[in-house]
Amino acid sequence: MKHAAFLPRHALQILLDALSGEGYRVVGPRVRDGAILYEELRDVADLPAGWRDEQQPGQYRLERTDTQRSFAWAHGPQGIKPLVFRPRESLWRVHRSADGRMAFSASIPQDPPLAVIGARACDLAALELQDRHFLESIRDPSYAAHRAGLFIVAVHCTHPASTCFCVSTGDGPRAGKGFDLALSELDEGYLIEVGSERGAHIARMLPLQLSSDEQREQAEAEIAHAAALQTRQLPGTNLRDSLFANLDHPRWREVAERCLSCGNCTSVCPTCFCHAEQDLPSLDGQSAEHVRQWDSCFSEGHSTIHGIVIRAETGQRYRQWLTHKLGSWHDQYGRSGCVGCGRCITWCPVGIDLTEEARAICGPNGEGAT
Amino acid sequence: MNPYLPREAEIVERIQETPTVFTLRLRLTDGQPYGFEAGQFNMLYLHGVGEVPISIVAGGEADGLLTHTIRAVGRVTRGMMALRAGERIGLRGPFGRGWPLAAAEGREVVVVTGGLGCAPSVSIIHHILRHRERYGRLTILQGVKHADDLIWRTQYEAWSRQPEVRVLLVADVASPGWQGAVGRVTALFDRIELDAAHAIAMLCGPEGMMLASAAALEQLGLAAGDIYLSMERNMQCAVGHCGHCQFGARFVCRDGPVFAWPDIRDLLGVRGF
Ligand code: SF4
Ligand code: SF4
Ligand code: FES
Repeated sequence: MKHAAFLPRHALQILLDALSGEGYRVVGPRVRDGAILYEELRDVADLPAGWRDEQQPGQYRLERTDTQRSFAWAHGPQGIKPLVFRPRESLWRVHRSADGRMAFSASIPQDPPLAVIGARACDLAALELQDRHFLESIRDPSYAAHRAGLFIVAVHCTHPASTCFCVSTGDGPRAGKGFDLALSELDEGYLIEVGSERGAHIARMLPLQLSSDEQREQAEAEIAHAAALQTRQLPGTNLRDSLFANLDHPRWREVAERCLSCGNCTSVCPTCFCHAEQDLPSLDGQSAEHVRQWDSCFSEGHSTIHGIVIRAETGQRYRQWLTHKLGSWHDQYGRSGCVGCGRCITWCPVGIDLTEEARAICGPNGEGAT
Repeated sequence: MNPYLPREAEIVERIQETPTVFTLRLRLTDGQPYGFEAGQFNMLYLHGVGEVPISIVAGGEADGLLTHTIRAVGRVTRGMMALRAGERIGLRGPFGRGWPLAAAEGREVVVVTGGLGCAPSVSIIHHILRHRERYGRLTILQGVKHADDLIWRTQYEAWSRQPEVRVLLVADVASPGWQGAVGRVTALFDRIELDAAHAIAMLCGPEGMMLASAAALEQLGLAAGDIYLSMERNMQCAVGHCGHCQFGARFVCRDGPVFAWPDIRDLLGVRGF
């Protein structure tokens, strides 16, 4: 944070306006239906100032606090994944003419680029994984279109939830990279760091001041404090071998007795990429739209082939989730698929905690002694 | 290139193989070239219903047609069975990694298949017979549940008359006039002689059959790395994105469907993967 400049609190609106002026549709955190969600944001007055989130396994509650800060909370059920990997999206359309000929046309997104305010370190780490999944070996045109335009204003985390464990995965609470601008929130305003050329371009439109040594120290101290507050952790950074050595561990059956196989965990997880395709014919039968929507390895259809469900039992589905997330991901993308956001713990209706399950199966040091 | 966007294909010929199995011979209407390797697959699209992954039996021959043999088991394939010559479908591909036919040159090849005369294995046989001089002896071991299930019966007979080709058939349940053996496909391994050091095996069919065959072939002295298997999983995108085909860390659509035995033996046969 050596080169951070200072942006007075009242000038945050100028940042929003500068982004709109450059053609971005700005989205940011807002309180909606009792949770913090990224939605269209035109006015800084709509930020969740004075709110904080109380998260526990199976529980999420917003509470009033007396702070004037706008980012004194951890996160809501969704990070920035839905902005680039849309929950539901058209892939292509087909039209069939009277003589039976078919014309296919790709549905390439036309909506304006997005700028997101308040992205968290865990979500940036997840975005990097999603980029690798959707862009690296075969380029996904829709994802690529949303991603290319995305402008990211990160806010370093100072108020982790009790369910957070990004320190143990190495992904937070400081946003280290992958942003255009990053903010540290102080009482009087924001320290601002530039992470890209686009970010520098926007920063030049802001009434920036020099930051003081005290401000920079204060910001650092708050991030360090956030890290120190975290109590949960995974029993190791690479659990692949111990998970796959324990495919018959009795814990899989035990967790299956609690797990509802509802798929909440996968739908809030910022790295899950599974989706199902569906064909929607028009009423006249002449055209059809081919769409995709998020799917979950907890759904029956996820593993169905020729009428046989490969993962018919809940224990097999929970095992797929954990062995993929914390195991196979290392082979696929060179690291764990968990960025420590803790959302799957909070949003699990029965409060299953993957760090606890991993410890039960892999042992306290992840060595896999059964 | 949009990997999701199908191309239009016209059904030039349609053959009913059994009451539930049919073959479509297709012509791509855009006239653009199409190349594939034996063992790869296409996603075929039925208007208003959806897509299915189907192995490519043959293609690129003199008439330029692509051949797919399909079993009617779901909404898309049942709907496709009702199509007639002249009608159109969507097609995208080829996808995945096929059989190691280049590595097999100069060697003896053993093809082990189960089920209904497994389409991916037919692509191997077509390739080898078309380039007969490049390969050593070809042994085809085919197991079926019921003797009446075997499709391409005349093809098997024709293949068995080719030089250096052995065809051994086995059915779980025989029917009158069945000339093959009765039992499991693994029972056939006692009856073949094999130059194990110079052989390569390609397996396709139910996983239990492939597991037992891979074990039997290893016992006959084949190196594990010379045994290849074709896998099937739920596939929707075919490009490694949708996640359905994951088999441990592997995406069957992209890293397979053909795998070397050492690459999948850790999970093959483990229920739930
Ligand atoms: S597995 Fe859970 S804690 Fe890890 S990234 Fe996904 S939702 Fe967050
Ligand atoms: S297989 Fe399960 S855990 Fe893995 S990405 Fe898909 S939904 Fe998430
Ligand atoms: S079929 Fe979608 S990932 Fe393999």
